[in-house]
Amino acid sequence: MALYSETVMDHFLNPRNVGTIEDADGVGQVGNARCGDIMKMYLKIDDDGIITDVKFETFGCGSAIASSSMATTMIKGRPVAEAAALTNKAVAEALDGLPDYKMHCSVLAEEAIKSALEDYYAKHPDKRKE
Amino acid sequence: MIYADNAATTKMSQTAIEAMLPYMQDCYANPSSLYTAGQEARDAVEAARETVARCIGAEPREIIFTSGGSEADNQALLTAAAIGKKAGKRHIVSDAIEHHAVLHTLKKLEQDGFDVTYLPVDGSGIVKAEDVSAALRDDTCLVTIMYANNEIGTIQPIAEIGRLCRERGVLFHTDAVQAIGHLSIDVQDTQIDMLSASAHKFRGPKGVGFLYVKKGIRPAVLIEGGAQERGRRAGTENVPGIVATAAALEEAVSAIATTAPAITAMRDRIIDGLSAIPHSALSGDRMCRLPGNIHLCFEGIEGEALLLLLDQKGIAASSGSACTSGSLDPSHVLLAIGRPHDVAHGSLRLTIDETLTEKEADCIVQAVKDTVSYLRGFSPIWRDLCEGKAAFIL
Ligand SMILES: Cc1ncc(COP(=O)(O)O)c(C=O)c1O
Repeated sequence: MALYSETVMDHFLNPRNVGTIEDADGVGQVGNARCGDIMKMYLKIDDDGIITDVKFETFGCGSAIASSSMATTMIKGRPVAEAAALTNKAVAEALDGLPDYKMHCSVLAEEAIKSALEDYYAKHPDKRKE
Repeated sequence: MIYADNAATTKMSQTAIEAMLPYMQDCYANPSSLYTAGQEARDAVEAARETVARCIGAEPREIIFTSGGSEADNQALLTAAAIGKKAGKRHIVSDAIEHHAVLHTLKKLEQDGFDVTYLPVDGSGIVKAEDVSAALRDDTCLVTIMYANNEIGTIQPIAEIGRLCRERGVLFHTDAVQAIGHLSIDVQDTQIDMLSASAHKFRGPKGVGFLYVKKGIRPAVLIEGGAQERGRRAGTENVPGIVATAAALEEAVSAIATTAPAITAMRDRIIDGLSAIPHSALSGDRMCRLPGNIHLCFEGIEGEALLLLLDQKGIAASSGSACTSGSLDPSHVLLAIGRPHDVAHGSLRLTIDETLTEKEADCIVQAVKDTVSYLRGFSPIWRDLCEGKAAFIL
């Protein structure tokens, strides 16, 4: 049995939405180098609260890269409320599972999105109520 | 596949495979049986013991066949502990970069009332003989220092340590699992009292190894049962494995004079190639390392991702990153030589053998260069370093 599912490998080898967004509306970074994982998410959000673009940068293992990639595909084009509700479990399921000791990678992906949304709300306090 | 993980295990030599086959197909009797076939198996085991002993300058009766390096390490440490306990000596000197087979056994001994000094190493990854000397106490019953490190390949000053242990009357064990078959070893010259070896690291089979115990030292028995191995290790002998171990060791040892310089040259070619990668660093001493060991850390990337991508390019390698071991911390060896966690996560170990061609070596270098720069391309740490928001360590 391979270490990772085919979906994990696909997202690791062909990560979607890699990069940065210069004029992002929200940027979030979680994790730390000491533990070996850092994820950074960049969000572009329009006036209707739709995430029109998302990019990520990740320092980490295969499943960290795959989790970031999968998470970006799950929130791109979606309303912020939906992105805020994305769980690590949903990310892991979409990846067809992660080894137990790699589940924290999906947690980081969830947290990175939440952190980027926090930054967005901090910059756009008027949007928070919706 | 370009196999560059010979420190993990090696491909069995054809000679060893051919040597073991008859002991599975024809001469399969139990060496403890008294009929002819059994005695043939017994003779094969004893011939293997002689060969192994000759390869390290020991006597046949000083060799105990075991299930591998881990068992040999366990038995060596428990042997010294039992002897020490009787004499009221409960202090052991070791170091921070030992294999877990030694470290975990030492932990157990600590729970049993032993006091262990773990000597530090500096960036060179080499234990200083004078530190060993300074650590010796009246109640020291054992010094256990590995011959060569399994991760960073550094070779320890075994002869010096052997000499001072002999002078001070302290038992000296060395885990030579990574060294034997790759370096010439003579237990007399180096004054080693106990030495552990594992066949699968020198192109023998997995699950076989041996412990050399100098005559006069009474080995502790870990596996109770029958009277095999002169009552020092019970269990029907792994005859094919033991025969193949001897064949592989003899072959490796007789070839060292030609293979070691060739592997070393190839190693240096790869080290030179990889050292051109910015913000990278070789782990451990450049010269005093195993012929086939290449170990570097690359800032801004994580080792497991590097390994998976190299695997995609058909290169089998290893890393000391936490993610490859299933633990949270990166390798204790890298931390011991002073690499901070951030950098230790980005490590790569390539362990090559004599079959690696120049073309393959260059292919490895190119693949690692490409992969490191690809991963750095979307690493937030690397971005911060490049933008001056964080300071480079390497
Ligand atoms: C230095 C060292 N000691 C001990 C061992 C354990 O040997 P074995 O796998 O034969 O139990 C290894 C193998 O990984 C090793 O590299």
